[in-house]
Amino acid sequence: MTWVLLAALWLGLGGTAAQNGSSAGNATCLACHGQAGATSPSGQSVYVDPSHFADSVHASLPCTACHGSIAGYPHPAKMEAVNCGTCHGAEAGDIAASVHAKINAAQAGPAGRAPSPLDMVPCLGCHGDPHAIVPVANAGSPVYPLNIPRTCGACHGNPALAKKYGFPDVYAMYMDSIHGFALTKDGLLVAASCSSCHGTHKILSHTDPQSRTYRANIPNTCGGCHAGPLAQYLAGIHGRQKEAGNALAPVCTSCHTAHQVVQVARASWQKQTSATCGSCHQNRYATYLDTFHAQVSAIGYVEAAHCWNCHGNHDILPPSDPKSSVNPANLLHTCQQCHPDANASFIRYQPHADPHNRLAYPHLWFTKQLMNLLLIAVLGFFFLHTILWFLRSMFDRLGRAARGEGKP
Amino acid sequence: MSGETGPGDREKPGSEKMAEERSGKEEAQAGMPVLPPASPAPPESPKPKPAEEAPAALPAQATRYYVRFSLGQRYLHAALFSAFIGLALTGLPLRFSQSAWAERFASIVGGFSAILFFHKCCAVVLTVTFLIHVGSIFRRGVLRRERGIFWGPKSLVPNPKDLADLYHHIRWFLWLGPRPKFGRFSYWEKFDYWAVFWGMAIIGLSGYTMWFAPFFSKLLPGRWLNIALVLHGEEALLAVWFIFVVHFFNSHLRPESFPMDLVIFTGKESEEEFRKKRPEEYERLVKEGKLDLTEVAPPLWLKNFGRIVGSLVLLIGFVLLVLTMYAFVRG
Repeated sequence: MTWVLLAALWLGLGGTAAQNGSSAGNATCLACHGQAGATSPSGQSVYVDPSHFADSVHASLPCTACHGSIAGYPHPAKMEAVNCGTCHGAEAGDIAASVHAKINAAQAGPAGRAPSPLDMVPCLGCHGDPHAIVPVANAGSPVYPLNIPRTCGACHGNPALAKKYGFPDVYAMYMDSIHGFALTKDGLLVAASCSSCHGTHKILSHTDPQSRTYRANIPNTCGGCHAGPLAQYLAGIHGRQKEAGNALAPVCTSCHTAHQVVQVARASWQKQTSATCGSCHQNRYATYLDTFHAQVSAIGYVEAAHCWNCHGNHDILPPSDPKSSVNPANLLHTCQQCHPDANASFIRYQPHADPHNRLAYPHLWFTKQLMNLLLIAVLGFFFLHTILWFLRSMFDRLGRAARGEGKP
Repeated sequence: MSGETGPGDREKPGSEKMAEERSGKEEAQAGMPVLPPASPAPPESPKPKPAEEAPAALPAQATRYYVRFSLGQRYLHAALFSAFIGLALTGLPLRFSQSAWAERFASIVGGFSAILFFHKCCAVVLTVTFLIHVGSIFRRGVLRRERGIFWGPKSLVPNPKDLADLYHHIRWFLWLGPRPKFGRFSYWEKFDYWAVFWGMAIIGLSGYTMWFAPFFSKLLPGRWLNIALVLHGEEALLAVWFIFVVHFFNSHLRPESFPMDLVIFTGKESEEEFRKKRPEEYERLVKEGKLDLTEVAPPLWLKNFGRIVGSLVLLIGFVLLVLTMYAFVRG
């Protein structure tokens, strides 16, 4: 709607002189434009709601502050586009450098039309009706924190647009996340909205090293709110590896995801944490799956030990570290969290024993081989025995039946 | 190790239990005089009962039954298979916890806590069953020095004839010779028995080790807990597959017994069936003049009860077999 209005203004309407330089002159403009249903000769609405404009942040400005090319009536045939950047230069610069600028430039594309200044300044897509822009702290603003997901979702929750521009349909994911719930259901102003992580005007692609969502920058982005976990993360092995430049080291979103962050107390989340760790620690995960911990966890007993129950979460340390929860010196205490009766021998249980590794776990390897042999020998012999017996018996019975001897 | 009589039962077919079972339950034979305990000599009962399947040349004769299992033994078997099915149902979802059906089943039953509770209950029932049996064997074989428990034609202890029977049975499978004459317990029945014996020792010990892990880890190194789980799971798989394939076929589903052998429910089998299935035992008893037969047929309700319970167990076994085989093959 707003685009249409601006386009109408830009196309030009005949006009006489308007008052310059004072908001008092706005009354002159509103004499026409304040009439509900006012339209241009081409039929487009040029209506400005006077009461909304009076409440807006721009109420003190004359109309000509933005519509500078209009000096009177009839309006000039060719009017310049409104440029928010005239006043909001920094923001306009940020937008021009952001993904949104690039998308708009690309949109201008091959039709041969020169990129319009409007394309470059998509302010109104987020800020709404240009004549009714209210302060961000006003709950009616489209960019009020609680309204941001809906505002961004207008495009980012639109599957057709998502498909067209190739961005993930993140809106639904976000709305189901702990952040989305806290913001939209509980109305928590401190809960993360889109802009908390992505920024506002200077939203950059996650592939851009300057981006707040560039992989290496994510801990700091999340840490903006989650300062405690950030400090633990940086002290733990994952954070240390990441700081050392290891591209494989996980960042917050590697485990928590970006848009589907769920409450960690949820059973559904806890149940799949081990598989998440296992996506990198494949061997450790495979051996974990062989244990009672994994078995009972898989059938729904989330209280059973997952990776983090023993290893910790943000502050995971290698076993060699004296502060590690799985350092031999701390193991008894760690196991006793769930097994209060654990003793020195109990903790020699091997939670990652691999029955296929003969050198490291000969006792288990031997047991497994023995059991396999027993299974194959017993079942193989008796399955064969059963089949032969069945065939012979059936043959006898069918033979007797054919000879009319009746039931044996 | 004789299954001839149950705990506390002497060789007394037609004892109080039988009489008790007989009284009031035999609609088919209502009004018939209660027979005295069968005498060693096969009674020539002149009862005018039409023998449907007997050849016309023979004089009409009532079907006579041999009492193969005592009431105590049947109860023991019932406790054994009930606990076994319970353990299988609650244990296999853990063994194949990565399968989709495992979690679904667990959540239907009431989650892991319920599963573990039932599993432990069944384990205790099975342990008590096991101890009752071992206690009975000990009392009869060791304290009372009863003959034939540990060796001989009535014993479950394997002897050279079992090997010979196996050899000849396989020859019969292959049309290479006549069918061997089986005794009171055939070699595959002895194997069943000892497999369960061994299985209960392995599964039971490893199970209790895990149940009371902190206690057992004082006696054993902690790494034995790893071994316990492997033993428990693999031996359980062996037991389940063996019972649901081999035992079910050998004892129930084979053409001679299809669809099931009700003797473990009723305790009795007809003289003809007895003679055909266990000729050696039949001939021995005749020769020794110890063949006690009764004309009291197993009551219909008991047969129907056996059919229903037996079918249910066969069905559960078959479903578990398919699910576990599928999960095993898929890895």
